[in-house]
Amino acid sequence: MKKKVLKPAKREQLLGMLYSFPMGIWFTVFFTVPLAIIILYSFMKRGLYGGVEYSFTLEAYKQMINPSFAKVLVRTLWISAFSTILCVLIAIPVGYAMAKSKHQTLLLFLIIIPFWTNSLIRIYAWISILSTEGFLNSLLIRLGIVKEGLHLIYNNGSVILVLVYMYLPFAILPLFTTIDKFDFFLLDAARDLGATKLESIVKVMFPNIKSGLSTAFIFTFIPIFGAYTVPLLVGGKDSTMIGNIIVDQVSKTRNWPLASAFSMILTIASLIGVFWMLASAQREAAAKNKNTPQAYEQKVRAHHRRGKR
Amino acid sequence: MNYHSYSKKKRASFSDTMLVLTILFLFVPLFVVTFFSFNSAKGMQWEHASLIWYKTLIFDSPSLWLAFKNSIIIALTSSITATVLGSLAAIGITWYRFKGRSYITTISYLPMVLPEVIIGISMLIFFSSVKIKLGMFTIFVAHATFNLPFVFMMVQARLDEFDYSTIEAARDLGANERQALMKVVVPAIMPAILSSFLMCTTMSLEDFVITFFVSGPGSGTLPLYVYSMIRYGVSPVINALSFVMILGTMLIAFTFRRFLKTAAAST
Repeated sequence: MKKKVLKPAKREQLLGMLYSFPMGIWFTVFFTVPLAIIILYSFMKRGLYGGVEYSFTLEAYKQMINPSFAKVLVRTLWISAFSTILCVLIAIPVGYAMAKSKHQTLLLFLIIIPFWTNSLIRIYAWISILSTEGFLNSLLIRLGIVKEGLHLIYNNGSVILVLVYMYLPFAILPLFTTIDKFDFFLLDAARDLGATKLESIVKVMFPNIKSGLSTAFIFTFIPIFGAYTVPLLVGGKDSTMIGNIIVDQVSKTRNWPLASAFSMILTIASLIGVFWMLASAQREAAAKNKNTPQAYEQKVRAHHRRGKR
Repeated sequence: MNYHSYSKKKRASFSDTMLVLTILFLFVPLFVVTFFSFNSAKGMQWEHASLIWYKTLIFDSPSLWLAFKNSIIIALTSSITATVLGSLAAIGITWYRFKGRSYITTISYLPMVLPEVIIGISMLIFFSSVKIKLGMFTIFVAHATFNLPFVFMMVQARLDEFDYSTIEAARDLGANERQALMKVVVPAIMPAILSSFLMCTTMSLEDFVITFFVSGPGSGTLPLYVYSMIRYGVSPVINALSFVMILGTMLIAFTFRRFLKTAAAST
């Protein structure tokens, strides 16, 4: 039998498919299709016992304008925005200190351990600290500072505190990674030219770590915006967030179209954030790489790769 | 980072203080639960040291051990699936231009960036629409799905540093595609494969939100068990369990220490 030799282009197509299609098919079936179903269901009529009836309607979106839902939406927005800003504001100096440190591995270890510890355990830890008979209150009572337990938990304050606790590493890690690549001599140069320390950081470092900043913002904001467990377990009656509504609509009220419509809002908001982040990263990369020797080398390599086979 | 700039010497600075405070902030809750796991009393009033909750945890919590077993089975199967599929896809995407390439690249980033609730809900609705019974299988599928993007990204990052001409050399020397893959590529990207496998196991053991949606009766994982403990009747056993799980995390992170920077960069 004669051995079949495929033309390079065909061979490339075949090999690429062979390697990548298993994952592509997996994602199509278990991610794209489910997401498409959600989009579809958000435009359908609610079924009597969960599920949907297959007829087109905008009812779910109309229901969303209901003032009580609108209130939750607004609350979700301000809580997420506030917690995200807090996270990033804390993460900038922390990432900076980590990047400058000689013990980076140890520090990463210290940041990552709480981050990888089960999220419910971490929430539980805060419950046992903040609750009326919890650690903090019994400490305060024993020290004679207060007479009876303060209400520290089940309000928006405790939700924000725990959210910041949970998602701080999402802000610290990308900022550390970008600041670590930053050339600190530039700061010295700025100082030599007469800038104050703060000025040199804001005017010289910040423009160079833009991609890290936007990643930190997005990677913190998106999960907080979709948070479900934190408001459920440490929030009060008035701390419900959009994630809780979605879950309630699916599991309690069994209103799938409304749950789908809310999911659409979350998805679209997240996607806008991600594309903004990618665009800002790309702009930065393009500005940096335009005329460097590396860019030239890469072009040559890409050319060779395409041509040779 | 070995140079000494003069601005560096002067600082015992704001940023260092913030770093120390943040690490304290991150660890205080963990210390509190650990401390009270050795308390003989039920509440947050210290009585005296005791290992009673550890005893209950080990000898008197059969449903916990069942949940743990489920967690391990799912973590291993989903991580293996994700690692194999993700690594292969990363190789294909990095080295070949083919139809469907940009679709796969885009779709592989999305599960990582969408809120967990969305992934969970969409899977729940999907599984009930196609009438697949919720249980171990659906949890396995969900975990493999949210793990795949991380494998794909970490392996791809490693492949980007890898020189394609090595493969060409292997081919010139007579290796076929499979030999080149198994004998040249896989050994070269092994660190990335291993670290993404570990990352998957960690994330699978950790996940609550997505599992919560796609689990059925009898398929509860450890985080689900912890959740029911928090929600319905807190017992100090959970303190003991917390400390054990914190130790477990430390162990994983320690095994992982060489890859921490890669992991940080890909989060």
